[in-house]
Amino acid sequence: MTPLVGIRTLAGLALRRDRIKLLLWVLLAAGLVAGTASSIKGLYATLAERQQYAVTIGANPASAVLGGPGFGLSTLGGITVAEVGSTLLALVALPSILLVVRYTRTEEQTGRAELVGSAVVGRHARLAAALLVVGGANLMIAAATIAVLIGYGLPVAGSLAFGLAVAGTGLVFAGVAAAVAQITENGRTASGSAAAVFGLAFILRAVGDASAAAQGGGVLKSLSWLSPIGWAQQVRAYDAERWWVLGLQLAAFIALVGAGAALSVRRDVGAGLVPARLGRSEAAPSLASTWALAWRLQRGTLIGWTVGVAVGAGVFGAIAHDIDGMVATNSDAARVFAELGGSRVLVDSYLAWVLSLTGIAAAAYAVGAVLRLRLEETDLRAEPVLATPVTRWQWAASHLVGAVVGIVTLLLTAGLVVGLVHGLRGGDVDHELPRVLTGALVQVPAVLVVAGVAIALFGLAPRGCATAWLVVVAALLISQLGGILRLNRWVTDLSPFAHVPKVPGHEVTAAPLIWLTAVATLLAVAGLTRFRLRDLT
Amino acid sequence: MSYAFQAQGLVKRFGKTTALAGVDLAVRTGEVHGFLGPNGAGKTTTIRILLGLLRADAGWVSLLGGDPWRDVTELHRRLAYVPGDVSLWPTLSGGETIDLLGRLRGRLDGRRRADLLDRFELDPRKKARAYSKGNRQKVALVAALASNVELLMLDEPTSGLDPLMEEVFQHCIAEVRQEGRTVLLASHILAEVERLCDRLSIIRDGRIVETGTLSELRLLTRTTIQADLGQPPNGLDRLSGVHDLDVKGTRVSCHVDTGQLGPVLRHLADHGIRSLVSRPATLEELFLRHYQIDPPRDARVGSPR
Repeated sequence: MTPLVGIRTLAGLALRRDRIKLLLWVLLAAGLVAGTASSIKGLYATLAERQQYAVTIGANPASAVLGGPGFGLSTLGGITVAEVGSTLLALVALPSILLVVRYTRTEEQTGRAELVGSAVVGRHARLAAALLVVGGANLMIAAATIAVLIGYGLPVAGSLAFGLAVAGTGLVFAGVAAAVAQITENGRTASGSAAAVFGLAFILRAVGDASAAAQGGGVLKSLSWLSPIGWAQQVRAYDAERWWVLGLQLAAFIALVGAGAALSVRRDVGAGLVPARLGRSEAAPSLASTWALAWRLQRGTLIGWTVGVAVGAGVFGAIAHDIDGMVATNSDAARVFAELGGSRVLVDSYLAWVLSLTGIAAAAYAVGAVLRLRLEETDLRAEPVLATPVTRWQWAASHLVGAVVGIVTLLLTAGLVVGLVHGLRGGDVDHELPRVLTGALVQVPAVLVVAGVAIALFGLAPRGCATAWLVVVAALLISQLGGILRLNRWVTDLSPFAHVPKVPGHEVTAAPLIWLTAVATLLAVAGLTRFRLRDLT
Repeated sequence: MSYAFQAQGLVKRFGKTTALAGVDLAVRTGEVHGFLGPNGAGKTTTIRILLGLLRADAGWVSLLGGDPWRDVTELHRRLAYVPGDVSLWPTLSGGETIDLLGRLRGRLDGRRRADLLDRFELDPRKKARAYSKGNRQKVALVAALASNVELLMLDEPTSGLDPLMEEVFQHCIAEVRQEGRTVLLASHILAEVERLCDRLSIIRDGRIVETGTLSELRLLTRTTIQADLGQPPNGLDRLSGVHDLDVKGTRVSCHVDTGQLGPVLRHLADHGIRSLVSRPATLEELFLRHYQIDPPRDARVGSPR
């Protein structure tokens, strides 16, 4: 039997399962490119504006961390690549990882692979089919990107280079997933490890690019070349393209897939090269209450979020010092920040905006943490706990206290990091840290309101629990676009974040903080009261 | 007679479907009570009402002398539950899960825990996501059996176990009974129920259709008789309780209502019995009667209340 027999059937199965997902993915990527290209074209229409951008962004280590090295920044194409690059690369790399793992390791884990494997399926057909589907989607994203960029009047060569580099990145990480999926038995561990490779690649590139932007970073500059994300940017689209870098991506892809295929024949179906790690045979003495269980279940997620928020806060905090220079000459951008942050002092506006963003991030965490109650219920893990002397009230409270601890931790982290980084760059920690920290902590009551909505839904309309996510999305849209779109006041007032004092820049007023907390409490009490009386699903 | 729990007229509706249409169920203290019924008959719903996870629309329940909805904390200290669909926290090991559930319940017998892990051949260090269905069930079983509780509620606890482990489980339940604890055993496996249970109840379409000991239930069924007689019988067809009579010369086969066995056997004896085979209804036949489409007879034996 040839090793690829059945690849068409398997690829067809994957397409049938995920046709909507795959289509949305391609459209989302194309939409992101189109949206960015269009707004860049509007914001940086004149050469003077672009040169200003090149001077401020190109030499700024902080923006290099997020946006990459920045080539050809005085051209529209270069700016577009710098602005969309990191997001788009994450948007191709992470789904590529998840899908390859989904079609390979997860299939084995669930036992579906055995069902299919007993039919006429070649040894490498499963992996090949996964790569065919994911690679095809990446090429469609490349084609859409190229078409969109050329459509906005950008040079053909640069558009081609960038589009192919994007697809190349997706392929490299599909290859990473193909290799990593052979190692562990568990699908989630596999996609987690491959995503960690992506994270490492991002950090390597961020350090390398920041060093390059700081001029004289020495050896550190070359770190970008160790990162597949860095390669995509080193293609230098719209600035004397280096086509050979695409070959580097292709070679890495082939090597990784080869490694994956070689590893896969050295193990049994369903098994990993590394046996699953064993846990404790007895629980630690502390794992003796529903409170301990809730903490055990939430801590991993909270640690991940805290690290993420700290990194983001570090980057945004580092830029704050340069914000005057970055937007001084661009009156549109300055107006946007004044709308968002509500202060005439640009830095204060910017800081208030960053802190409100972390508030919304904390709200997203809070919804996830509260809805874990529902997840435990529907996955039938609440049942064995509630069949012990644990009351419903104790069970729910244990998760909710965890959620509140998480909210405060995240906002405290954000306030401390932004305050410290910004204070250190300006040499004025004593002044900056307290006011930035205050600006972060005033978000807490608004976040609690969002959490309260989730609790109320959990109690009153458990089937519609996921609606709580819409509240987060709506709050984000209102806070980001409300001012620019000149939305009606009563619409913007619907967001709890609209009532948070914009600190720094404004005085802290107690009244909104008190009534927001009161609303949150009412929602929580309503939800929990109903939950104590309703049937468990 | 003291009861571990009693339920009367339990009604539970989910939207338009009626899951329970008046369940009467009583389990005596110290007995192993089999709870039989096809899928969707209402076994799990009944158990979840007894546990206070669902609220009945009508009827009353007395569980260990309390109200399962109101007295959650006191009652749940005294019982252990193994759900039919055991779902565990993927990142916790089996051992951690057993200890956690035992500690939540309040009492976990360390020696018995070790003994049960050994007998069920369960590796407590594996993470729950690596366990098969059978092993997840073992985790829940060990956690329940190692707790010092008066009442065990087991919802199809052996559906994922292999025959060897099924044997281990039966030994465990026999021990539990010797200790005087009460067990409610919802099950599909009739041999298991036949072997373990003192009494049993059969539920169908949200109603209990039979309750009693196995021999009491057999009284309601027919015994198969095959006999070779000294002379061809006559008048057998006129006796009440004789069905499906088939006479070929001196060979007779028929089904007899178990309550009418005496007169029928006397009649056969009058014709000189050369050989006789009599076979009581199996639980399987008893059970299958209630799977069939005919409307459930409201036959109750013993004391459902």
